[in-house]
Amino acid sequence: MNAIAPFEGIGASVKRKEDLRFLSGRGRYTDDMNRPGQTHAVFLRSPHPHARIDAVDSAAARAMPGVVAIFTGADIKASGIGGLPCGWGVKNKDGTPMAEPAHPVLAHERVRHVGDPVAMVIAETRAQAKDAAEAIMVSYTPLGSVATVTAAVAPGATEVHEGVAANTSFDWHIGDKAITDAAFAGAAHTVSFDLVNNRLVPNAMEPRAAIGEFDPTNDEYTLYTTSQNPHVIRLLMGAFVLNIPESRLRVVAPDVGGGFGSKIFHYAEEAAVTWAAPRVKRPVKWTCDRTEAFISDAHGRDHVSHAELALDKDGKFLGLRVQTLANMGAYLSTFAPAVPTYLYATLLAGCYATPTIYAEVKGVFTNTVAVDAYRGAGRPEATFLIERLVDVAAKATGIDRIELRRRNFIPADAFPYQTPVALEYDSGDYQSTLDMALAASDWAGFEARRSAAAAKGKLRGIGISTYVEACGIAPSHVVGQLGARAGLYEVANIRVHPTGSITVFTGTHSHGQGHETTFAQLIADRMGVPMNQIDVVHGDTSRIPFGMGTYGSRSLAVGGSAMVKAMDKIVLKGRKIAAHLLEASLEDIEFEGGKFRVAGTDREKTLTEISLAAYVPHNYPIDELEPGLEETAFYDPKNFTYPAGAHVCEVEIDPATGQTEVIAFTAVDDVGRVINPMIVEGQVQGGVAQGIGQALLEHAVYDAEGQLLSGSLMDYTMPRADDLPNVAVSHHTTLCTHNPLGVKGCGEVGAIGSPPAVINAVVDALRDYDVTHINMPATPPKLWGIINAARPALAAE
Amino acid sequence: MPQVTLTVNGTTHTAEVEGRTLLVELLRETLRLTGTHVGCDTSQCGACVVHIDGESVKSCTTLALQANGASVTTIEGLASADGKLHPMQEAFREYHALQCGFCTPGMVMSAIDLVQKNPQGLSEHEIREGLEGNICRCTGYHNIVKAIAAAADVMHGKRAEIAPAMA
Repeated sequence: MNAIAPFEGIGASVKRKEDLRFLSGRGRYTDDMNRPGQTHAVFLRSPHPHARIDAVDSAAARAMPGVVAIFTGADIKASGIGGLPCGWGVKNKDGTPMAEPAHPVLAHERVRHVGDPVAMVIAETRAQAKDAAEAIMVSYTPLGSVATVTAAVAPGATEVHEGVAANTSFDWHIGDKAITDAAFAGAAHTVSFDLVNNRLVPNAMEPRAAIGEFDPTNDEYTLYTTSQNPHVIRLLMGAFVLNIPESRLRVVAPDVGGGFGSKIFHYAEEAAVTWAAPRVKRPVKWTCDRTEAFISDAHGRDHVSHAELALDKDGKFLGLRVQTLANMGAYLSTFAPAVPTYLYATLLAGCYATPTIYAEVKGVFTNTVAVDAYRGAGRPEATFLIERLVDVAAKATGIDRIELRRRNFIPADAFPYQTPVALEYDSGDYQSTLDMALAASDWAGFEARRSAAAAKGKLRGIGISTYVEACGIAPSHVVGQLGARAGLYEVANIRVHPTGSITVFTGTHSHGQGHETTFAQLIADRMGVPMNQIDVVHGDTSRIPFGMGTYGSRSLAVGGSAMVKAMDKIVLKGRKIAAHLLEASLEDIEFEGGKFRVAGTDREKTLTEISLAAYVPHNYPIDELEPGLEETAFYDPKNFTYPAGAHVCEVEIDPATGQTEVIAFTAVDDVGRVINPMIVEGQVQGGVAQGIGQALLEHAVYDAEGQLLSGSLMDYTMPRADDLPNVAVSHHTTLCTHNPLGVKGCGEVGAIGSPPAVINAVVDALRDYDVTHINMPATPPKLWGIINAARPALAAE
Repeated sequence: MPQVTLTVNGTTHTAEVEGRTLLVELLRETLRLTGTHVGCDTSQCGACVVHIDGESVKSCTTLALQANGASVTTIEGLASADGKLHPMQEAFREYHALQCGFCTPGMVMSAIDLVQKNPQGLSEHEIREGLEGNICRCTGYHNIVKAIAAAADVMHGKRAEIAPAMA
């Protein structure tokens, strides 16, 4: 550690650098930007879940005030533009590739979900574009439709895409079926249950927006967009959709108001406004309305599963069998096939030493908006399944639910641990996080609290979830074998300026995570430069060499590690310059606290003296070293990282209304080394809020035909301040063994660990009502129904 | 087109607007005060909250013409001329009550009105209920609630400065 005062390095809860701008109204989000001469685009969207487009008559609309142009799917197709690409290919059980039907930028001949864009209206003002969109006459012939996975795979179901049998994009599996079946055949106990992981709408508070711009003087395109990964958008849109060389396509993602996965993907509107800009010879801006977002942003989750666990007479897990139908929506979004396969089934071992696992997953098309990664992406679905199943097994076998977990945990001395579903966990200590969570939540004192609640007529319950997840996405060679169509390394460029201030250019992207602070802390800690002289730049492909963006809790584990590598190079070069200036040998030069020193002496040069010498090389080893002090590093992780933890939830249910109140929530997480505890705590609290939202409130509900019923913030229940408890956060740290910082990632743990803790608490509260499982969200009508149905029976006792 | 004259953050502006122009559109597009945000279209999220004559109002549900003659304060107008932050802004920073920053302007404007209307002080429960009209997707509200309580102590003169958050 070095001598910065006040301490700003690793482990300090430094206040965020970005806050002043956000608190003063000086943030710059995409919709805050207006480009000179800009026009406004509005998309006319399908009101039908599935229909044939017979005709689009836009003659009247074209004559309306302010209209600049109207484009349809036919126009896009005529210009030779292909569809939106899927970034991850999954193979069927028989080795054949998944069905990957085209995803047109604008629908052509057929619409496949409510919200499928049919036409783009470009006008002088947004209001004029909206008025004109209403005047377009589209003749549709409605077709049959399917909204749920169970309906979609039923015999005779309407095909969302002609020729995709049983609407199944892929029929995939992992694990050894024969060994797993044998484990079940010899088991003392087997338990099973059916579960649904409810469909969610991510609802980042900033709606998506995009501005496409074309400069005819140099044939350069610029896209300003609400993205978590501008370089990925540049690659996907440039190379696979619009055929624009990367050298002539700049993608800027400025301040982005939350993403949670939903802003990873390459969306049709980004391509459409970029495509249109040279055609109308003006910039084209589109800003999504919230209600429009409900039918155009990728949704999350939406699994229907059957899970079975085999146990021996002592409660040791012998095997796990899972079948899952995963809703893909109408088209394959950018990373959709990876979510219910390699991000889900590979996590089914959980924290447990289950010797054999076999999982079968079908990715199923329906007439709904696309489903893709949402905070946790596959891992919340796996964790919910496992952690509910363990409670179901505890009830069936009569073994205490804590004891059952302890008996089956992977022991702390068993790492690295190879699971039967591909992953090798590098580190963890599940007993310790569990012990801490039990103590912090006063688990032992719960029965007294249950009695006190009962005395006032409330049903109190407590639930626990002990989870592990895989993030820090991801080793390129591994994900390449698994079907990823890109490498998942990260890039850092560190520029020490002549007078010693530093700019860090990162390929990750911050949309709430506080990277400008955390990354500056990393640099301050190593380079000995105060944080106010360190700037972090992200979100602009013209300023940053390359990058894969922010998702899967990867920014610090992968992007931060790239920074460490780049700093290693800076320090080595600085030592060479110092050796020259101090007339010492390289081996004798140490670097600490911003100073290069001849070991064991007081002869030293500051980083500023070295950087100045590097840029003003009057006295400089110019024959051996290039001038300048700037280094770029690519870091490809060796493994995923494996955060883990124990979440405890305590609830009270009012039997008169079925309303659940979350009384207390305790999270003990192992996220590896913590750089900024304040920010980590905030990430966990926010993740838990989304998890409680999934468990109790949120549900994207489609009717049987595919109309979204919960299609606005008036209908879809977002967690509000009075729905949530304070969330007590603490840590038990084991270091990641394979990255230079020992960090694991904290962005998703809250959303992964919490939903089963909540539902386990709800089921516990209803223990007198013979409830084995409750699907999320555990709404008041659902719980009231359970309680009310049991009233006559209870009254009779 | 009709004219609207209003004072925004102490400066008087006159603008021509359509009858259907919303106050938030006037602020963002005409006056280019983009700190006030639009997060929904059903008056649910509160990202657009500003003060009209000292009262918090959702500017997405207010016609620009309704603000004729009024004094409007937006997030840009909260800090004093020397740049000193309002105690609510200071408290949000101290308590890490913001992440992506998108809901923050509306959240801060609502919180100030909530505290001003309750000089007797607010319990945690009352703060949570008072935030019913503002949605944050990032923080889980835990730190927002703490920040508002800390700001209230300063706004009501119980403390000179925002109480430090525990590290």
